[in-house]
Amino acid sequence: MVELILFLILFPFLAAVILAVARSQAARRIIVPICGILIIIAAIAFAVQWLPAIGVFGAMGGGTGIMLVTEAHVVDMVMLIGEVVLLVVILAFSFKYKRYFCVVLSVVQFLIMLVVDLVMDKPEVYQLNIDRLTVIMVLIVGIVGSLICIYGFGYMKDYHHHHTDVKPRQPFFFAILFMFLGAMMGLVMSNSLIWMYFFWEITSVSSFLLIGYTRTEEAINNSFRALWMNLLGGLGFAVGICFLVSNCGIVSFDQLLASGNGAILLPVALLAFAGLTKSAQLPFSRWLLGAMVAPTPTSALLHSATMVKAGVYLLLRLAPVMAGTPAGYMVAFVGGFTFLITSMLAITKSDGKQVLAYSTISNLGLITACAGVGMPETVWAGVFLIIFHAVSKSMLFQSVGAVENATGSRDIESMTGLIVRYPKMAFVMIIGICGMFLAPFGMLISKWAALKAFVDAGDFISLIMVFFVAFGSATTVFYWSKWLGKIISVPGKFEKCEHKTGGTEWFSLWIHFVLMIVICLAFLPISGLVVAPLVDGMFGAFASAAISSSNLFTMFVLLVLIIIIPLIAWGTSHKKNYRKELAYMAGINRGDDIGFVNSFGGTTEVNLSSWYMEDVFGEHKLWKPSVWITIIAIVGFIAASAGTVLTAIGGVL
Amino acid sequence: MANMTFIWAVVGVVAYIILAPFVGGLLAGFDRKFTAHMQGRKGPPVLQPFFDVSKLLKKEITVVNKGQRFLVVCFLLFIVITGCLFFAGLDLLMCFFALTTAAIFLVLAAYSAHSAYSHMGAQRELLQMLCYEPIILLIAVGFYVATDSFAVTGILHGTVSPIVWLPLLFIAFVMILPAKLGKSPFDISTSHHAHQEIVKGVTTELAGGNLAMVEIAHWYEDVFLLGVIFLFIANMNHWWTIILGVIVCLVVYFIQTLIDNTCARVKWNEMLRFTWLVAIALGVTNVILVYYLR
Repeated sequence: MVELILFLILFPFLAAVILAVARSQAARRIIVPICGILIIIAAIAFAVQWLPAIGVFGAMGGGTGIMLVTEAHVVDMVMLIGEVVLLVVILAFSFKYKRYFCVVLSVVQFLIMLVVDLVMDKPEVYQLNIDRLTVIMVLIVGIVGSLICIYGFGYMKDYHHHHTDVKPRQPFFFAILFMFLGAMMGLVMSNSLIWMYFFWEITSVSSFLLIGYTRTEEAINNSFRALWMNLLGGLGFAVGICFLVSNCGIVSFDQLLASGNGAILLPVALLAFAGLTKSAQLPFSRWLLGAMVAPTPTSALLHSATMVKAGVYLLLRLAPVMAGTPAGYMVAFVGGFTFLITSMLAITKSDGKQVLAYSTISNLGLITACAGVGMPETVWAGVFLIIFHAVSKSMLFQSVGAVENATGSRDIESMTGLIVRYPKMAFVMIIGICGMFLAPFGMLISKWAALKAFVDAGDFISLIMVFFVAFGSATTVFYWSKWLGKIISVPGKFEKCEHKTGGTEWFSLWIHFVLMIVICLAFLPISGLVVAPLVDGMFGAFASAAISSSNLFTMFVLLVLIIIIPLIAWGTSHKKNYRKELAYMAGINRGDDIGFVNSFGGTTEVNLSSWYMEDVFGEHKLWKPSVWITIIAIVGFIAASAGTVLTAIGGVL
Repeated sequence: MANMTFIWAVVGVVAYIILAPFVGGLLAGFDRKFTAHMQGRKGPPVLQPFFDVSKLLKKEITVVNKGQRFLVVCFLLFIVITGCLFFAGLDLLMCFFALTTAAIFLVLAAYSAHSAYSHMGAQRELLQMLCYEPIILLIAVGFYVATDSFAVTGILHGTVSPIVWLPLLFIAFVMILPAKLGKSPFDISTSHHAHQEIVKGVTTELAGGNLAMVEIAHWYEDVFLLGVIFLFIANMNHWWTIILGVIVCLVVYFIQTLIDNTCARVKWNEMLRFTWLVAIALGVTNVILVYYLR
């Protein structure tokens, strides 16, 4: 059983090395799909093997998680060397492009970790821990992440076909993609905070390298923005660990979650801060928005299966100890606020990828808020949000990427009539969009559960969350619906176009589609067998009882109905050939629903555009105040945590 | 007891499916009658809405594109489901989500035609949703905070009428109701008035049976919305609140007609500002007050 763990962590790194060495397109054509499929199989096998092995309350904290590897000095040394390598990479790039801020950040945290690693006394702990959250994350990273790599193969070929100005560095690109997967696997399996920190840093550096892939000025600027923001979070992580080891003798999650020590409040706040930077919450959202300059597989990977998910994963892990503390308030407030503001900003964007980026930040905000409130129901909702978001967001990025390769534009306005021009692609995109906000798909159900839990939580911060969700849901509906509308809006003379999308892309997209349906249909078993026991494990026996089963059943009935209704509607309408008429226009229709005869006898062409409401929700209005509000909140709540800890220590003295 | 709840749920659903169109159509008929009298006209017979719809149903269905029919059928079915969930006594939050889903299908039906008026109507319908959604969600939350239940049956069996705790939310709901009923001042996406600058907005490109279905869906929707008004007042422990609830529903509907005939249509940005202010000033305030007072 341990072999699978080793395989999942190490094999992606091995694949990375192979892909970096085997440089030809022909080699990649074989290696990328095979490695991807192997990881998918391993992830599924891992889930099948480990889920039954985890006890009733098998999870970190309060339960008997399955833990492995205590004596691992060799591994510790390897990691230390790894950290040196990471430091060298960061320093080399930072000096080359004169970003001295990054130099300072990385050196400081390296020194802190060096002290922790070599000087400080640490208790012997289990380095790895497998619980249900780990299994869920492994499945997401393994399946969605690998599919993105497979998709990437076909995509990058087309990409370099279109972008002749970008120097192809595909071996490097795919090596980093796979390395990313390996780091994520390690991250979600780590029990030791020091191990987790190591993998955390790898993901920071990998995303930095991937964002800068095209080496244009914009790409380099954006990659350094991603780097310094994530290094800042990493610094918080390192200081948090240092504090935990020196003051509380804690180096692992299970100790942290079991500890009743009041002094952990400050380090928990710092770890949570790291989580906020990584999941691109305000004020750190800019790095994820800038990450769009990279080719689509990078965005898909950063947004769905890896990177930002690492942030919310950490926050969910910390949820039980954060609940009701200043750290929890910080996370909840920043998350809820980000959910609302970024969903407003998404309205103002017409670039498909930019809308997706804002929606990612917004959805992660909701997950973050769930973690911050830290009730069993909110964690339950948060986990489901992670699952559904991973699948539908990955699907959406890939379909936008494929549309861009086919039509040359990823602007939503230019997606008019996609349903006629590229019906299959439009279908996938519609399912992806529906998955983000409509019933029957899980996002809505999770939102429903979150709203309920926020009201139940019974403190003021949760009540504020309710208001954020009430307004944020409305804005979310707005930007998704208008996108959907564009896709299905059809002028008369549009014709079906030939698909240029390649086989590996379709392979990935269709599997995503199937996954989406399966997750929706298997919603109840997933909740009953995996997520509810996970929550029980985190919060003590039968905490999940709060998620009433009769409500779940009602939801399920609704879900089934909502799948059936479109089928009925389709059944009653698809075969009938109703007489087609031209659309009503301000003059005689030219016959294509686009031009009409105006009052002077000439032709006027109509150009229909969606609303973007720049002057209501525009970045120029909302961005600066939002950044300041969140900065003040973060500084304030961390100071409050420090204050509480100092008072506690003072009281002891 | 569990059986009784189930039987009542079935009765509620069947009654809703069969009776709601008649009630909704009659209300629409009276609405036109009142409106006519307010304007010094005689007005059409009360049954006129039924005549209109039956005539539409007899016409040939013409479409602008293939998808329209599908989207309109979905709209109707989801509205019916919304009402069914409500009258079966199930979760109120779920009703509202189903209602949103339904509305999106109407928006998509309007979007699918490449027509300026229809598109403009779709955009404005979305904007209307943006305007009333926060209040609708806050109402669900308000009911929960006041009665400890999201379920309609649970709310009905609380200790007192919810209106005691939720007067501000009730006012807020009455204020945004014109947007849902398609009445001035919030009839920006489509209007039954002759003075409409975007022809018929969302329904511009719908004809015959499709238009009839939208009309019928609106009847169903009106009954559901009045059901929510009823829920504010009614309490199963005090039989007279049930009669009072019905009376309040009728009064509110009449007030809507009155507002419709006395207010001019607002611009979309004014509507957004106004409704969100209402949501914060009345909705949020009410929820916070109940949360701490109760």
